[in-house]
Amino acid sequence: MTDTAPAPTELTPVLSATWDLEKSWSIGTYTDNGGYAGLTKALAMAPGDLVQAVKDSGLRGRGGAGFPTGMKWGFLPPDDGGPRYLVVNADESEPGTCKDIPTMLAAPHTLIEGVIITSFAIGCNHAFIYLRGEVVHVYRRLLQAVREAYEAGHLGQDIHGTGYNLEVTVHAGAGAYICGEETALLDSLEGRRGQPRLKPPFPAGAGLYARPTVVNNVESIASVPAIVDKGVEWFTGMGTERSKGMGFFSLSGHVAKPGQYEAPLGITLRELLEMAGGMREGHELKFWTPGGSSTPIFTDEHLDTPLDYESVGAAGSMLGTRALQIFDETTCVVRAVMRWTEFYKHESCGKCTPCREGTYWLALILKRLEAGNGTYADIQQLLDTCDSIAGRAFCALGDGATSSIISSVNLFREEYEAHVRDGGCPFDHAASALFPFEAADTTGARA
Amino acid sequence: MTYDDATLAQLGTDADAVIARYPVARSALLPLLHLVQSIDGFVSPDGIQFCADKLDLTAAEVSAVATFYTQYKRRPNGEYQVGVCTNTLCAVMGGDRIWQELSDHVGVGHDETTEDGKVTLERIECNAACDYAPVMMVNWEFFDNQTPESAKQVVDDILAGKDVTPTRGADKVSTFKEVSRVLAGFEDGHADEDQGAGEATLVGLKVAKERGWKADGQ
Repeated sequence: MTDTAPAPTELTPVLSATWDLEKSWSIGTYTDNGGYAGLTKALAMAPGDLVQAVKDSGLRGRGGAGFPTGMKWGFLPPDDGGPRYLVVNADESEPGTCKDIPTMLAAPHTLIEGVIITSFAIGCNHAFIYLRGEVVHVYRRLLQAVREAYEAGHLGQDIHGTGYNLEVTVHAGAGAYICGEETALLDSLEGRRGQPRLKPPFPAGAGLYARPTVVNNVESIASVPAIVDKGVEWFTGMGTERSKGMGFFSLSGHVAKPGQYEAPLGITLRELLEMAGGMREGHELKFWTPGGSSTPIFTDEHLDTPLDYESVGAAGSMLGTRALQIFDETTCVVRAVMRWTEFYKHESCGKCTPCREGTYWLALILKRLEAGNGTYADIQQLLDTCDSIAGRAFCALGDGATSSIISSVNLFREEYEAHVRDGGCPFDHAASALFPFEAADTTGARA
Repeated sequence: MTYDDATLAQLGTDADAVIARYPVARSALLPLLHLVQSIDGFVSPDGIQFCADKLDLTAAEVSAVATFYTQYKRRPNGEYQVGVCTNTLCAVMGGDRIWQELSDHVGVGHDETTEDGKVTLERIECNAACDYAPVMMVNWEFFDNQTPESAKQVVDDILAGKDVTPTRGADKVSTFKEVSRVLAGFEDGHADEDQGAGEATLVGLKVAKERGWKADGQ
């Protein structure tokens, strides 16, 4: 796998392997296809060995930041006899990201099994799954899966006769992107406004109810059962030197076959596009996000960039959540960035000034530019305002808000200037849509 | 409070069940606000007071939390919450046009409700179904791959009193109040209903099977 001309990357369905089966979400289907085998193995191991196995696997956080999962577990202080918690971040809200929702809809037991193994490994007796509230059928599936797991003896008291006890609570949020930030999520789970906390202390030391807490993404936790069941070497056989294993690559936008492609880290967009039937017919790639709207955008120059943490970082962006939002040549980059910026303005929690005020002004300036009422100086003002936010905001939301702006001005400055010069948007927005309509106006709808 | 005795008794029983899920009672506040919406159709002054009394908080503390989250409604909500995603990807793929035509068709704007109280329209942010863009949500069930015509048909059916079926989800969309009760953590027996996993969800698995690819390690 280290040749200069590596073999084409193949897809590796692990979490998605059972999704097309009859009642894939039921405990029966899951168990009949090897589910809960990892749990049986895990409960026969020493908790410390489980933590070491996940460290050795090289699994890194699948929620965007890419922090090594086993190391996060290892940061918990020694047992002091008090409670410690596992909180699963199922608040999937980063624009473009759509992998955890289908996972929980199609195979919620993958997550539940991962929760039990992880809780056993870190010495937790009460775990929480914080699901965004805007997906009611996913919540139904999770509530049922947890109930089924209790009935099967995988949860509750004296699990599998080992003396180990675990309760799981599935909690629905109520609509707030910021709750995907782990400390805001903890505040929200404590029944407060979802605003991020000052770090340190980190959740490992003082998290939920100020107790030691591990917060992990759905896909990270759902990957644990397979690592335990099939082994560390199986997992490290996939991926690249420092980005091990498989993950979902979620293709959306102007591609022929958008959807979930579970592949080894390090696959390229060129390879994924070949599997996805290419761009929609008659169109070509213009720009894309490698990992959601908070990651700097790429162009066709990055078709062969390996989608692993290091390569994407070296190319100036972030692997993020592997949410590949793909736009063709009909798309106005100023319009796209303006809408993302309005999102960050809407979702800024208001706690810190750079983000609260900065996203407000960024959205105003972009709206003016997009409508053709901006000036050349506005473009520099955008960059200056981004400079006042990035690295100065309380949490990563502010940084994320600047990513698409800075990268798009760098890559497409002439398109911003065209809006100023022409006094309007040079693009026909109707050409970007998937259905035909008269182009007259798409921006003046009741706001 | 203006709840009648039977309603208050049921609320109290349900609230105790919610609180019992958490080691610290205040963690129950978000689900309790969903529970209040399942009775009143919004976060009512009575509902705020009920939560405050249950959790030993002030009404101001409860309001401060309720106003932070977009799913909690400050005014009586329509029986069906219809949200069109106008975040970048859906907007570009046609969501802006769907919103415009739907809003003109129904005659109400963002966060406004039809006179008969049936439908509240909302421009929503990314709902994690980007591979099905453009997306619409009705009472937080997925309506994938929408067009202006399909979206208007769904709302016309709701306004005509017909049941509507999501593209992924339950067999029919429950009412805003019924869904709010689920969001408070109470099962409603619809979990096994299914419209199929969806083409985009299964596309990678299908490609892998066609080409004989497995994650069996090299």
